[in-house]
Amino acid sequence: MTYSDAAIWGIIGCLAVGTFLIRFSFLGLMGDRAMPPIVLRLLRFTPVAVLPGMVAPLVLWPAATDGQPDLVRLIAAAAALGVGYWTRNVVWGILGGVSALYAGLGLTALL
Amino acid sequence: MIVSTAKAPAKNAYLAGVRDGWPYIFMVIPFSILFGVVAMDAGLSVGQAMGFTVLVIAGAAQFAALQLMVENAAVTLVLLAALAVNLRMAMYSASLVPYLGAAPLWQRALVAYLNFDQTYMASIARYEDRPEMTTDQRFLYFMGVATPIAPVWYAMTLVGIYAGSTIPEAWALDFVLPITFLAMVAPMLKSLAHVAAAVVSIIVALALNGLPSGAGLLIAAFCAMCAGAAVETAMERRQ
Repeated sequence: MTYSDAAIWGIIGCLAVGTFLIRFSFLGLMGDRAMPPIVLRLLRFTPVAVLPGMVAPLVLWPAATDGQPDLVRLIAAAAALGVGYWTRNVVWGILGGVSALYAGLGLTALL
Repeated sequence: MIVSTAKAPAKNAYLAGVRDGWPYIFMVIPFSILFGVVAMDAGLSVGQAMGFTVLVIAGAAQFAALQLMVENAAVTLVLLAALAVNLRMAMYSASLVPYLGAAPLWQRALVAYLNFDQTYMASIARYEDRPEMTTDQRFLYFMGVATPIAPVWYAMTLVGIYAGSTIPEAWALDFVLPITFLAMVAPMLKSLAHVAAAVVSIIVALALNGLPSGAGLLIAAFCAMCAGAAVETAMERRQ
């Protein structure tokens, strides 16, 4: 890295302000003004629209295996999703996924 | 209906947030340690690494910025790439408006600073399940979720800075992140419309994976929101 200290702090400062403004944007400027029903309807799907797309490449092409699909990680992902869906509980979902991951990694190491 | 005093339930909303927030520290711990390690490898000073973590407080964007800085990319490129990764949070911000728009400005500013994936997802799930919550309770719940997460994020970055390179790769800590996100989204798949949105999000994101810095994810998220809304509208018409 060849940036000066000032440049690095400049990057940090700009990212801090920019990120805050992105997060503040609608919430800060709209306040409690009403949004059109169609926008509200679209926004209600935000969590299920962002997370799956964010995770899919990480699950299918994990960096830890140099982007090669990995059976253990696929099973662990399915376990997290399945247990989370079935129990409707995030903690159980995490435990299910992590247990499957370590059980799978342990078995692979033994074989 | 008997109206109870506002104080007691509001206080409970904060504690409920703390209770629902703590499991996420299992995902935040590896992620923040890793950032500390990578920041040191990249050649940042301790102050600069902590500056990132405390001021920017957005894991994925911090990694994106570092990656480009290691490659000595132009400063504008570093900024654009990292901010693009964070653009999804404008969607989070908009979707919080119906729930927190009426809160005082300082509360909205505080929520904005702490509005990252975990706090947003946990809070929005609670708000949807409990439409009777007051704005005050919603704010306290959000702060409750952030209470265990943010300090751990700061502290564990510091651990990563000083001790990180000794953590064995065999622990597969990288994969705790996708597992937690999946466990988070699973209970939110409440209807066919939600499932449709999730499926479209996955397909489009995978198809556009080659696009730089989260551009594919933004397009995928927008397509998914449209798909969810369309399916929901169609289902309502059929009834």
